[in-house]
Amino acid sequence: MRTRLESLTSTGIVVIVLALSLVIGAILTAVEGRNFLSTGNISAILTGCSILGFIAIGQTLVILVGSLDLSVPFVVSLTSVVAAGQMNGDPAQVAPAVLLALAIAAAIGLVNGLVVSFLKVHGFIATLGMGLIISGYLATNYQGSHGSAPRSFRLIGATQVGPVPVSALIMLGCALLAIVILRRTRLGHHLYAVGGNPEVARLSGIRTSVPVVAAHVLCSLLAAMAGLLLLARLSVGSPTIGSQGDYDLMSIAAVVLGGTLLAGGKGNIVGTLAGVAIFAVLDNVMGVMQVNPFLKDVIRGLVIVAAVAVYARREIDQRPARFDRPTGLSAVLQEKP
Amino acid sequence: MSTQLAAHQRGFAGRVLAAVLTPGGAVYVLAAALLIATIQANPNFGDPGVIMLFLGRTAPIAIAAIGQYYVIVSGEFDLSMGAVIGTQVVLAGNLIGEDPDRIVPVTLLMLLVGAAVGFANGVLTTLLRVPSFIVTLGMMLALGGLVSYVTGGAATGNPVDEFREVGRGRFENVPVVEFLPYPLLILIVLAIAAVWLMRRPFGRNLLAVGDNPESAERSGSSLWWLKTRAFMLSSLAASVSGILLVGYAGVHPSVGDGYEFTAITAVVLGGVLLGGGRGWVLSAAVGAIALELLFTLLTVQEVESTWRDTVQGVIIIVAVAVAARGWQAGRRPRRSDTRTPSTRIPTPISTNQPSQGTNTGDN
Repeated sequence: MRTRLESLTSTGIVVIVLALSLVIGAILTAVEGRNFLSTGNISAILTGCSILGFIAIGQTLVILVGSLDLSVPFVVSLTSVVAAGQMNGDPAQVAPAVLLALAIAAAIGLVNGLVVSFLKVHGFIATLGMGLIISGYLATNYQGSHGSAPRSFRLIGATQVGPVPVSALIMLGCALLAIVILRRTRLGHHLYAVGGNPEVARLSGIRTSVPVVAAHVLCSLLAAMAGLLLLARLSVGSPTIGSQGDYDLMSIAAVVLGGTLLAGGKGNIVGTLAGVAIFAVLDNVMGVMQVNPFLKDVIRGLVIVAAVAVYARREIDQRPARFDRPTGLSAVLQEKP
Repeated sequence: MSTQLAAHQRGFAGRVLAAVLTPGGAVYVLAAALLIATIQANPNFGDPGVIMLFLGRTAPIAIAAIGQYYVIVSGEFDLSMGAVIGTQVVLAGNLIGEDPDRIVPVTLLMLLVGAAVGFANGVLTTLLRVPSFIVTLGMMLALGGLVSYVTGGAATGNPVDEFREVGRGRFENVPVVEFLPYPLLILIVLAIAAVWLMRRPFGRNLLAVGDNPESAERSGSSLWWLKTRAFMLSSLAASVSGILLVGYAGVHPSVGDGYEFTAITAVVLGGVLLGGGRGWVLSAAVGAIALELLFTLLTVQEVESTWRDTVQGVIIIVAVAVAARGWQAGRRPRRSDTRTPSTRIPTPISTNQPSQGTNTGDN
């Protein structure tokens, strides 16, 4: 029993949970007399994935490094209105608008990262404050929807390759990039090291501020991608689109659902994507079954806690008893996540 | 005799000065400065009656901050506070109705519901090892969704005026301050109780658990029961805030929205360390008052209301940045910066600051 449990990683469990939710979703959808695996439904689920996917990938990086980003919904809103204002229906302005939005997001991420790493402000407070700052700016300067996206830009949100929307492909591309960064680059390894134990990382000669700042910049950039995608879908920028979606808390929930440790230092992107997909399937099935929108929140809340409880419990089971633990380096490595 | 505590080595003035230099003490200076600035901008605010009204209005937030303090100082988060407030408000609105005889039983039921929510939060966090951020987020979604579902998302029910008096009423003809609003009286009672509680073994252990859960557990503290009690106190505080809010905010399921973040902001502004183990409970309450004073000042200065968020954001970042330096400077002389790193314990939220040992909790 134990060997089987140990061979199963948290990511393995979350993928199993995803498969389970797919099966249950298919059954429930079939009961309603609809086809869960129809092209339309699959593309609907993938579309539902992509916005939260972008944000959750960024959030994974930030959580891995031991911080949090609560400013993402406001970055989403800000980039959507700024890009929409810059485009204003003019196809020639698409590239400058996208670059402007990304540059602003990068600057916000940079400030977040610098405040967290150099002013030693907890990520929770630093990004909560940054979110409030942006929210005040948005409320003062933008009332209602703003600007408009030209047709060429709107196509990004609408085109599909087979059943797969282009937006989901871009999101998966970003995920792949993040995986490569985490697995293959020095930055990625430092990210895990600093998230695991900043003091030990520092004593090992890592400049701890670099991964923290980089993670925050990447997270804001990915939030900007989500904002641009929302702009492509809605064709107007909206100053409240981010906070309406509760992207801060939902992305953190998706990351933790994906098996990433909230304290940092352990986790991966694949788990996060599975977590996002679980949410998307859940939403899709509840949509098909026409669940009351308020009850949806109840079910979401219960699923989040129940799912996380599954592997949180497992970590306790897995821990060997105090004295019959294998000795040597493996024991040391096993001791703490 | 020879083993005097470090905190007792200086005279009274020296201790006060040292306390003011910590983030937990600095918030009193911040609140005083904001009060003076507000009175200068609008002399009417110096009137005792106006200040009493202000304090009465701030009491629910300060009470929520005291509740959030217990949870934060034990190293956890409580995001379910706003949902609990919404639940209590709706419960009061629908169960009490126009019948004054029901006030006492329904109030008891509300407190019971509050304690039960806190118990659930605590047990899920401690025994099932789910991070409190996730547990209370789930509780916030579930409870908020349930209340909105039951009420249809609209204001329903209206409790009798006697019940609303708790949040609205006041003692007249009090010397010096003209009158005393009931909410302020409740706040004072709860604050005194909180100070007493934090000086009891429960409070000392709570600080120890927040500072280093593993060492606290090894020294015999019951980790799960301590933290669960902290969550129960937090939800109970949210319930009391809810009872007060019925008085003047009306009966709407969204009354409590955002309260959890306001409470956390207030607690952090009060110099309490996120991640636990450090901070004073009264400073958390004063943090709430300072936050509300800031809003009042902005209103008095005729700053556009839309900029309030921005100013709040800047203030909390600056305050916490200063506080991070403050706790490092410490009340006791630092041994040195090149001390051995403490073993890291997987608390939900880690901080970059090395631990200094248990705070003596000079409330």
